[in-house]
Amino acid sequence: MRARGNGGVPLPLLVPAALAVAFLVLPLAGLVVRAPWSTIGPQLAQQEVGQALRLSLLSATLATGVSLLLGVPLAWVLARSRIRGRSVLRALVTVPLVLPPVVGGVALFLVIGRTGILGRPLYEHLGVTVPFTTAAVVIAETFVAMPFLVISVEGALRAADARFEDAAATLGADRWTTFRRVTLPLVAPGIAAGAVLCWARALGEFGATITFAGNFPGTTQTMPLAVYLALQRDPEAAIVLSLVLLAVSLGTLLLLRDRWLGRGPGQGVAA
Amino acid sequence: MRKTRALFALAVVGVLGLTACGGPASGTAAGTSSSSSAGDLSGTLTVFAAASLTDVFGDLGDQLMTGNPGLEVQLNFAGSSALATQLTQGAPADVFAAANEEQMAVVTDADLQAADPAVFTRNALEIAVPKGNPGGVTGLADFADPDLTVAVCAADVPCGAAAAAVFADAGVTAQPDTEEEDVKAALTKVQLGEVDAALVYATDVQAAGDDVEGIPFPEAEQEVNDYPICVLEAAPNPEAARAFVDLVRSDAGQRALTDAGFRAP
Repeated sequence: MRARGNGGVPLPLLVPAALAVAFLVLPLAGLVVRAPWSTIGPQLAQQEVGQALRLSLLSATLATGVSLLLGVPLAWVLARSRIRGRSVLRALVTVPLVLPPVVGGVALFLVIGRTGILGRPLYEHLGVTVPFTTAAVVIAETFVAMPFLVISVEGALRAADARFEDAAATLGADRWTTFRRVTLPLVAPGIAAGAVLCWARALGEFGATITFAGNFPGTTQTMPLAVYLALQRDPEAAIVLSLVLLAVSLGTLLLLRDRWLGRGPGQGVAA
Repeated sequence: MRKTRALFALAVVGVLGLTACGGPASGTAAGTSSSSSAGDLSGTLTVFAAASLTDVFGDLGDQLMTGNPGLEVQLNFAGSSALATQLTQGAPADVFAAANEEQMAVVTDADLQAADPAVFTRNALEIAVPKGNPGGVTGLADFADPDLTVAVCAADVPCGAAAAAVFADAGVTAQPDTEEEDVKAALTKVQLGEVDAALVYATDVQAAGDDVEGIPFPEAEQEVNDYPICVLEAAPNPEAARAFVDLVRSDAGQRALTDAGFRAP
């Protein structure tokens, strides 16, 4: 563990790590280098850009909220409960991770589309249609992003020391109280990390959104959709839009990191 | 949907390619009218074609492979504008067939063509409605009805450009619920019954079969798309590329196109 000018990183780790950085960062550098900096002002001033950005931030945040409300309890069930078929359940709820998002979009149609299993009675009796609305964007993003949160939180729960919960139980706390007062604070950093991952995935969501929610400026056209369509007409505009999305998401993540995860790498949590 | 379709097409082409190479007898199996080539083409032929050409070019590609057991035809179908962008970014292809002249111009402006493009077919718009026409759509004016759920193509792709033109001709202010990224995506929404109507090509309505009904409208005649095709300058397989273009423009190719609902150039 002697540091020798390379920050104490052994050579067999340093080389692949450096390659990984190059692999991940070079495409972003390409965007920055090729960006039409002289026309970036007028490009950004277009009304659609602001609309798409607002919609993206709103829908990704809502999707993260829904994922937190439903996903954290699900993660607890997967990590702590003794119900039968837990591994099957885990495999089922993480299917959206491997499903191509467009397929996810079609699947959403089949369930809550106008002719879907649940969507048809909704439409026929209440006149409510879900596709092509902002709600559809949130649903599509939640479908794709929630598994990331569930997996992260479940991992955090498994890594957390269950003896704290046992201690709480021996002191007379019921399981709900234990969950609220002991488990949640214990895995808060894991939940925060999962929420960030979920938000980032929702923000970049494309396939399920364009399939299930369609594409209309102001209601369903998020930034990734705007980027895709701009690419058809004017690649430079697409680069500008990508950079905006990149800058906003990086800025948000750094800001959150300082506020939530700023306590360093340890899981120093006061219960 | 488009990507999976393209991958599926590639897989099918790949399998067909393998079977074509498989037996010595396969060359004569079909005995079809691939008259344009003597069966000595080989290597891989890559064709970038507008999404609306999916079925016809798939068949023509199979025909060319049947006549040339050493040849593998790879077809890449997508919105013409996405393909044009890929080509200007250096995607390796032998042939480009676009759904309008604007997108071909993107490629010719970048001087990527080996010879001047030629218009090989034409296509008009038609209103597609789900089976039974649940929205009671009768014509172009229904696209302005806010109570109906309707889809058009985004203005950046050829079918969207044509749609904008027919709406302007007809004096209809369309109120679409979604602007789809290519014509097949718009058609999918009709097939799933999620929209009451979409503006697509007449050929798409025909290809969709029984799930979809078509409603022709008079304004479509004023905005018929010309489809140009060309061999690309950087074609890795120029010989096969020329053979494919010849096949498309031959009597057999034109017959396949008109059978699918396209119009003679």
